[in-house]
Parts: sequence; C-alpha cells; structure tokens
Amino acid sequence: MKKKLLSGNEAIALGAWDAGVTVGAGYPGTPSTEILENFSCYPDVTSEWSINEKVAYEVGMGASLQGARTLVTMKHVGLNVAADGLFTSAYVGVKGGFVLVCADDPDMNSSQNEQDNRHYAIAAKVPMLDPSDSQDAYDFMRFAYTLSEKYDTPVILRTTTRISHAKSIVESEENVQPQRPKTGFERNVPKYVMIPAYARPRHRIIEERMSKLAEEAVGMEINRMEMRDASLGIVTSGISYQYVRESFPDASVLKLGLINPLPMTLIKEFASKVKKLVVVEELDPVFEQQIKAAGIACEGKKHFPITGELNQDIVSRGYAGVPKPKAAVVNSLKLPPRPPSLCPGCPHRSVFQLLNKHKLIVTGDIGCYTLGVLPPFSAMDTCVEMGASVGMAQGMEAAEGSKYAHNVVAVIGDSTFAHSGITGFINAAYNKRNSLILVLDNGITAMTGMQHNPFSGKTILNQQTVTVDYVKLAESVGLPADQVRIVNAYKPEEIEKDILEMLAKKKLCLLIVKGPCVIAKGKGRYD
Amino acid sequence: MVGRNPLKEGTMDKIHGILMVGVGGQGVVLASDILSLAAMNAGFDVKKSEIHGMSQRGGSIFSFIRFGKKVYSPLISEGTADMLLSMEEMETLRWMDYLNPETRLIVSKMHILPANVTEYPVGVEKELAANFKHLRFVDTDQLIKQLGNPKVLNVAFLGMMADALPMGMDHWASAIKDSVPQKTYEKNMEAFELGRTKAKEA
Repeated sequence: MKKKLLSGNEAIALGAWDAGVTVGAGYPGTPSTEILENFSCYPDVTSEWSINEKVAYEVGMGASLQGARTLVTMKHVGLNVAADGLFTSAYVGVKGGFVLVCADDPDMNSSQNEQDNRHYAIAAKVPMLDPSDSQDAYDFMRFAYTLSEKYDTPVILRTTTRISHAKSIVESEENVQPQRPKTGFERNVPKYVMIPAYARPRHRIIEERMSKLAEEAVGMEINRMEMRDASLGIVTSGISYQYVRESFPDASVLKLGLINPLPMTLIKEFASKVKKLVVVEELDPVFEQQIKAAGIACEGKKHFPITGELNQDIVSRGYAGVPKPKAAVVNSLKLPPRPPSLCPGCPHRSVFQLLNKHKLIVTGDIGCYTLGVLPPFSAMDTCVEMGASVGMAQGMEAAEGSKYAHNVVAVIGDSTFAHSGITGFINAAYNKRNSLILVLDNGITAMTGMQHNPFSGKTILNQQTVTVDYVKLAESVGLPADQVRIVNAYKPEEIEKDILEMLAKKKLCLLIVKGPCVIAKGKGRYD
Repeated sequence: MVGRNPLKEGTMDKIHGILMVGVGGQGVVLASDILSLAAMNAGFDVKKSEIHGMSQRGGSIFSFIRFGKKVYSPLISEGTADMLLSMEEMETLRWMDYLNPETRLIVSKMHILPANVTEYPVGVEKELAANFKHLRFVDTDQLIKQLGNPKVLNVAFLGMMADALPMGMDHWASAIKDSVPQKTYEKNMEAFELGRTKAKEA
C-alpha cells in the first residue's frame, strides 16, 4: 500500500484506472474538470473532451455496450444536458461497467444553481454512491464498477466541491494490473433497442433490480453503522459525515455509502438502537423525506439549512439551536470586496465596454465572460444555462416583433457555442430570426482551467484536430457573406463598426471576436 | 515570533489548523499543497480544502489545511486557526472569523487593489496589531529582491512558517521536491532557507 495526498478528483481518476477503465469522456465543469484531465494521462486509455455532456454520456454508453469499463464526468448542471441518455440507459443496462461521476456545487462556488443531483438517481432509478473523502472516492470507484456489472446498471458516483477539491490521504494498491473485460459487441435487440414493446419489460427489470439492490445494500461494507452513545443516532453521507464526526464525536452514526436506493432495513435497525434519530444532509431533505415516508421518526431540516454548504460549526449550532456567537477577534475596518473579475489583460474586455456604451440588451452565457455583468462593464442582462444566450435572444424577438432584434445581442464563448450555441444558431436561421450573435472566441475553455474544444483545434491530449469553421457553418445555414464577420479583439473600433452595421441590417448575423486567452498563452496551451 | 509555541506541543493529538490566504495567481494553492505534503511525510493525517474555478479570476483565495492524528472535516472551525499566512495585507482581515488572539500571523505587506477600487484601506497594520500578539509583517518587495525571483516567494513564506510547525526539515524538503518542477527545486530550497533565516530575525 502506498500513501498519497490526493484531491477527490485525483482519487476518482486513480480508482477508475485501477478498476480497469479504458474509456473516459466528459465536458469540463467546476468542480469536476480534473477527473478526466488526470484520467487522460494514464497509459492505454482513450479519453476525450466531448462537445457537451449529452454526447459524453452517449460515448460512454457505446463504450460500455462494446464491453469496456467506462468513465463519464460532468458537473451537476451538466447532467441536465445528459439526462436524456441517463434515464433510458437505466433500461438498457451495461456490458462493461459504466460509472457517471457527477459533481454537485453546494454554495455555488462556480455555478449558476445549487441543484441536488441525488434527485436524479431517484428519478432515473440508478444506484448512487456518495464518498466522504478521497479514500472513499478511490475505494467507491473500484466498487462502483463491480456494482454496475453485477446489477447490469449505470452507477452514479456523486461528489460535492468539498470532496472533489479537498485533498486527503489515500492508500492505494501499488502497481495494479487492472483486469479488463473482453470487448466486442454482442447484438441484443430487446435489451438495447428501446422501442415501447422492448422497453416495457425492461422497466419491470429496473424495478426488480432496485428492490434487490435495496435488500442487498444492508450487507454492503460501504454502509457502516458506528455504534457509540445510543442517545443520539445520526444518518449521514458524503462530506456531511465529516462535519458530524467533528460536531458529535460521541454520537452513533450510520454512514451511508450507497445513497440510492436507501438501505431502509439498515436504517430501521439503526433507528431501533438509538433513542433519537437525526439526519444530517447538505441541500435537500432527500434522506429525511424517504425515511419519514418509511414510517421512521427522525429530525433533519428542522435543525439545518436547506441552502448552501454545511460545516461543523453550522451543524453543531443548528442542532443546539443557538445563533452564531461573537467572533474571538473582530475587524473594525471597512474592506472593499474582492469579487472575481475579467482578467486585466483579457482581450475581450473592450466588447463589454462597447455593449455598455450602446445600451444594448445582452443575453449572456456561461464562462469567464459572464463576469461582463459586473462593473465597470455592467453589460449583461441574462445568464441561465449553456447556450441560452442564443435561444433567449430569439424569444425576445418573437415576443416583441422583428424590429426589436436590433436591440438585442447574444454573447457566448467559443466552447459554449460548440456545446449548445450552434443548435440555437441553426434554430435562428430556420425560423427566420434576426438576432446578432457575438461569439467571443479565446480559443480555449478558459474558466474551468484551459481545456481544448472544437474551436481550438486540439484534443484533450493536445493533438492536432479539426477546427470548426465559423464562416462555412454560417454559409451552411444560408447566411450571406455580409452577415458573418471575424474581427480581432484588439481592434475595438472595428468591433464597434461591425456591431453597429450588423444591427442595422436587422438580419441574423454572426460576429466572431477573436483574441486568445492571455493565461492560456502564458501556459503554452496554444503551442 | 515570541512566546511559547503551542504548535510544537502535544503535536500528535492536537489538530493543527493553518489558513493561507491571498489573491488569485499568488501561489497560495501550491504553498498549501507543499505544507500538506510535509505534514503527511511527518506521519500526520491531513486534509486541505480550497475553491477553484470562478473565484480564481482575481478574487480572494484561501486554503484550509488541517493535520493531526485523525482529521475529519477539511474545514477549520471558526476561531480556531493556529496560524495564518496572508500573501496580501488587507486579505488578512477578511478571515478574522477563523482567528483568535493566540493565532500566529505572517502577513505580507504587499498591496493589491481589487478591480474597480482606487484607494487601499488605511490602518490595516494597526487593526491587526490591536488584535494579535504573534504577528509578523513581511516587506515583500525587499524579500523578492533578495530572492531574485518573485515566483518562489510562496516557498519563502513556507520557510518562515516552518520552524513553528512540527514537521522536520527532511519532510519539508521532500514535499518541495515532489511539488515543484525539477529544475526549480534548488531555487525553491534556497527560498525556503532564506525564509527560515528571516523568521529567526528579531
């Protein structure tokens, strides 16, 4: 056994490799990005940054049906994009073990919402594992592949920011020679082709599978009953387990590793051994509601907040019902805030100055450039989800009439445009809309740490590949040459001229502002 | 630094809480990686936590490190940090909730203005002096001149912390070796030693 200090994400990549995974696909998203970055560096594996999470999931399904053990990674909101595949993949099952690692971001450190993805496991009827530190992340990954193949189902390993981006000690086997299942496609039409006649029996199989799993979960090592003082028993999982151990060192704890389906028989047994049962979980009362529905008395969100992250202080104060005490030392100076901001050397700053100057309505999108909402730019009016800038601008025009189009500009980055802006762009052409779409192209997926994408011309391993051609793309949906332009980000006068001329056309226009990310340049990411 | 050093006492049973703060791009995360590795090398259980992603674009950066016999939470409880390294002066005040009058502080005098702010707050040094006994300000401009390279500044700061912590020099050296590019190892070790020397000056 070798001791290493690993982040949860590094431990997940190592666990996947040691489990014999040979195919990895994903889309970058904080806090999940480093999983695939690390995995791609292992020998004899095939990995890719997919164009978006949906495609990553589909690549994963194909690899699994071909017999390879497969890893798919994304952040929590990415699963909204990939959910179509998730739900029906539960019907299809797997051949090689298939694990989706999905990273939640309670407190929204770098996200637009704090959805609790445990709901997805329940809704899609797939098993979910919830590690409590990097050692768990490593061990659970290896277990997840066994589970996936034994029960013929995709498995979700869910992390949160404090698991993915915290480092702790991992003891792993040395020189593992991963066992790799034999690959090769075997035709199995009633299992793989989900027409209604074949899907109906598969749904029954899912229900049987989940019932069996709930029974067998009672004996699984990853669910652990720690009996101490019986006056208080706490059901918990994930990072919350660590806060519980800090806050209530003497309490009995049922630490759940498998959190869907819940091992209700085990929870009942634990409840019968303790005087009072309390559930500690971050975000939604997912366990609490199920435990109460099973007729077991417990307390949960009555003590702890439903929003934001927990920590040991919030957990102990919440349970004691006391307010935050006065700090031991107090700062009496007024401090200016230091929010994140567009980098001082970012070539795309001038675009936001222009959008502000001309008082345009700006539908925004997800990336570094979302920071254009903050002063001194204050030039963004909406930001909802990947690709929404393009679609929402069309909706505004649809509601207001085509004359309105010259007031609205959709602003989107290159990676986001590839992810799901292109579909919106085709929709605009098809439906005769007249928006101006501005693509701020820095040739990299910058916010998540400089990953390549279909507009950067490089793969995850930095190998040369095709670069999507904006002009030909525009041509292919019928845009005349004067409705698509590429301009240098360092020439603000030209950008201003182009924006004004294109708005005056009152037709669908695509303006590409090109300027490389200065950080990526410094790191040699374009070499 | 003066006075008794609780960090050296009862070392294995105690959970040590170290907070490192600064501004994106200053090397806070690498420094906290090295300290955590040194603690692991010395036989401690270690956890550390920080935030990546959007907050790194010029925003405040922090890293929590905890080590001891057995560590559960990767987060430091309010009022319990044993030591704070601040690589930017005013950032120190943002983290007061985690400190107490006994916390040992090493504070860079470097001033970095947040975006859209034109005046640096006045009285930060005074505010800190009024609250803490074990407080050391570092003239970072002078230190960079001595180092000849601003890139190893974070490791020089680690050197300033090292003798107040229970890890041996071999634990630090191998942690640095495993964390920095091989060709910069010597330069980083020189910076670390310079930091140690600085810390011993009155």
